[in-house]
Amino acid sequence: MKQLFSLFAGLFLLCSNAFSTEEAPDVLVKRVTDEVLTIVRADKDIQGGNTRKAIELVEAKVLPHFNFSRMTALAVGKDWRQTTPEQKKRLTEEFKTLLVRTYSNALTAYKNQTVVYKPLKMQPGETEVLVRTEIRQPGQQAVLLDYGLEKLDSAWKVYDVVVAGISLVTNYRESFAQEVRAGGIDGLIASIAAKNKQFEAGKAEKK
Amino acid sequence: MKKTLVKSVVSLAVAAALSGGAIAADNPKDPAEGFNRAMFAVNEGLDTAIAKPVAKGYDYVAPLPVKAVVGNFFSNIADVMIGMNNLFQGKPGEAFTDWGRVLVNTTVGIGGAFDVASEMGLDKHYEDFGQTMGSWGVDEGAYLFWPIIGPRTVRDTAGFVVDSYADPVWYVEPVPVRNSFVGLRYVDQRAALLPTDKIIEEGALDKYAYIRDAYLQHRRNAVYDGNPPRELDMPNGKAPVELKSSPEKPAGR
Repeated sequence: MKQLFSLFAGLFLLCSNAFSTEEAPDVLVKRVTDEVLTIVRADKDIQGGNTRKAIELVEAKVLPHFNFSRMTALAVGKDWRQTTPEQKKRLTEEFKTLLVRTYSNALTAYKNQTVVYKPLKMQPGETEVLVRTEIRQPGQQAVLLDYGLEKLDSAWKVYDVVVAGISLVTNYRESFAQEVRAGGIDGLIASIAAKNKQFEAGKAEKK
Repeated sequence: MKKTLVKSVVSLAVAAALSGGAIAADNPKDPAEGFNRAMFAVNEGLDTAIAKPVAKGYDYVAPLPVKAVVGNFFSNIADVMIGMNNLFQGKPGEAFTDWGRVLVNTTVGIGGAFDVASEMGLDKHYEDFGQTMGSWGVDEGAYLFWPIIGPRTVRDTAGFVVDSYADPVWYVEPVPVRNSFVGLRYVDQRAALLPTDKIIEEGALDKYAYIRDAYLQHRRNAVYDGNPPRELDMPNGKAPVELKSSPEKPAGR
């Protein structure tokens, strides 16, 4: 009986632990950034511009914290409404590949910058928040790097990355709208897919 | 060699002007898109042929401490006018920080070679006359793409002219020294942008539009010192209203 009780108690502790350790958005950003940069600092290949290795790192460490369907919706803007679920799925998949490559290329540019985390301004109960950081480097302008996060059921997810005031997501809105005007949603999907293919092929050649 | 370069630049420009004309100019922010795309092509040609290789060479040859000194030196000179612009924008506190930086960096930092002020907690700001006019409520106007100078809105073009008149580097004597300073600063600034080249190259569907929209977002952000008001469906704001609910759910009809 006693054993059973302690088992229950243990289980209870485990569960409550799992629920209460929901990470605050700024803590999450800092933890993931630190993890990723620790790896990049030790990896000469990534520093040397090996995008494929950087992509692997981003896929393993960063992707789980990104909400790509929200990102795609943001980038597409008003045309998202006339997009079928099936198109949404394909579009999100292609845009994800594009964004991951962009983000990974940014990582390969890492030299010896330091990241400064700014205090988080968040009201209790808020479900959307901007986590602001600053990338400092000797002799060069510091770059502001902000993450827009939203609270989904279980955790905070990044839906926007803003570099020096430039949202990597909404920066696509005009070009996407242009593609949609020219060839519809399917045309847009085809354009992104072609762009992705181009660099997939390029990488395979170089190895 | 020179002739073929000029030829290829010109033919690029003509091709771009033609194709640019074919693209419907329906972007209200970019009424001069045809002209801009042509100038963009000229600049791409010049950049690929001259600026980028020179910047790459500089980046490769100059060790990090040298690059840091060069960057600090020009940054220190710029702080004088940055302070002035902060004053014009009604931010005297920041203006005094900027001039305090100049004082510290010019003396303790040996003529601006070292950015001691930042380590003391005097933060660097970035202001120019285009931002000052923006803070006064001057509309940014049409987007323009200039050769060599690059993207500027109408407002920021005017701001750039004022900035250049007020730029101490242009008053350096004798002229050859001034020219080397202007050249070195240009190379330093281009070199700082080298890492973004690959990001734009691999990330942009349409390089011209990507740079244009990035520039417009960046300037808007700069005018508001990093805290632009959130527009309904604009840069770094929240999703458009109709997307507030989970975008994964197909819109019911």
